[in-house]
Amino acid sequence: MSDIHPSIPTVPALMAGPLRVVPLAPLAQALTLLARRLVRHHPGLINRLGPYVACRFAIAPTDLPVTLLLEPHPTAMRITLHRDPPRADARIAGPLAALLGLVHGTWDGDALFFSRDLVIDGDTAAALALRNAIDDCEIDLGAEIAGLSGPFRHLLTPIIDLAERRTGVPLRRAEMWP
Amino acid sequence: MMELVCPAGTPAALRAAVDAGANTIYCGFADETNARNFPGLNFSREELAEGVAYAHRRGSKVLVAINTFPRAGSEQLWHRAVADAKTAGADAVILADLGLLAHAADRHPELRRHLSVQAAAANPDAINFYASSFGVRRVVLPRVLTVAEITAINREIDVETEVFVFGGLCVMAEGRCSLSSYITGKSPNMNGVCSPPSHVQYVETRGELAARLGGYTIHRNAKDAPAPYPTLCKGCFHSEDKTGYVFEDPSSLDAKDLIPALAKAGVTALKIEGRQRSRSYVAQVVRSFRGAVEAVAAGRPVPPGTLASLTEGQAATTGAYRKTWR
Repeated sequence: MSDIHPSIPTVPALMAGPLRVVPLAPLAQALTLLARRLVRHHPGLINRLGPYVACRFAIAPTDLPVTLLLEPHPTAMRITLHRDPPRADARIAGPLAALLGLVHGTWDGDALFFSRDLVIDGDTAAALALRNAIDDCEIDLGAEIAGLSGPFRHLLTPIIDLAERRTGVPLRRAEMWP
Repeated sequence: MMELVCPAGTPAALRAAVDAGANTIYCGFADETNARNFPGLNFSREELAEGVAYAHRRGSKVLVAINTFPRAGSEQLWHRAVADAKTAGADAVILADLGLLAHAADRHPELRRHLSVQAAAANPDAINFYASSFGVRRVVLPRVLTVAEITAINREIDVETEVFVFGGLCVMAEGRCSLSSYITGKSPNMNGVCSPPSHVQYVETRGELAARLGGYTIHRNAKDAPAPYPTLCKGCFHSEDKTGYVFEDPSSLDAKDLIPALAKAGVTALKIEGRQRSRSYVAQVVRSFRGAVEAVAAGRPVPPGTLASLTEGQAATTGAYRKTWR
């Protein structure tokens, strides 16, 4: 795990740009599939949300022109993508790398908040519940995505690892690295 | 070597603490029996049993904090927590309430009892009373004592002492502080939450961040200034013609450099605060302090290195251990 987070990488505008024009529905559907797979593998994610399972969470990568709207559910978890800010109970905003680092346990959520790399607004308790639930699940998005790729899994894993090393964006669970 | 007592708000944080070198982990049940009753945190009975087994397999101990004050008519919730901690194989329970201590000593005499910081036992007479009346074996000292005062206490007591060395800094008489309940109706003492997040709101306007508690603005921070959590004791207020932190600055405790002095003062265990923090925080802080404790035990200087980026206000203090006043 990283000792400090001196500079959080941001997505170059040139790479983020296409998200302004491409259709978002197929991407949202892929993210929903991934989220449902995560819930199947980590049922604690829903349990830990407790009463906040009914909340709508806006996850806003500040270096991308889209916001994810997460609607938790034990069997019908849903993610939609929005170019305009969606209505939500709680919003967590920050660079994509910070959000991924939070998911993967690379960086501490409070520390990112204290340093203003992350911004929370709306229902603070709901946002905290989500953060704590995700932290406990020890999620590895790289492994989950590789798992979805079927026979290409063994090809994809080293590519994800290489992308993480080259970009500094946390794409795997922090404990996977020495 | 001094014992390193580390926080775990989730089973993942418990495993992170064990793997990073914690001798002992403290945690609590997901209800109002423990003073860190925050959303998404804490342990079910099954998770505690699994966590204890994980820790024991690797030579670490687990303490269960049942350190809020039972409500009249609902004592069963707290009694059940003590019994369930024992069933899960916990090495000790950390208690604050006199009645609960009496219950645990009477019904579970073989279960080791530690006195929580929430009991605010800050002198030898109080500590000796808890030891002789309830068989308390260790006391967690309040964060208001100097190293000299801790030395004086240790000379007059026979039980172990545990002191905070890192994390959130509470300088109030813990267990007796009413600031949170004054403004939100909920307190760490009765509900397990100081400044509960359900009453916290952040509002950003043109880069300036206002942090509100119970509808009152406690801080305003300029763009790029560190953001604190809005607790009344660390709020920024107008007083007479001055504006500033009237009670305490929003900074955190880091007493790593004082470990040799604390060892000399007779302290048995060093406690890291932060059950509400992530497994990343736990792993980083435990690893850093494990290195420091090992160095001190081997007669080497405390290794340099700062954990300031993990602290509230992005700044650290030695707190009351080296007391200075404005």
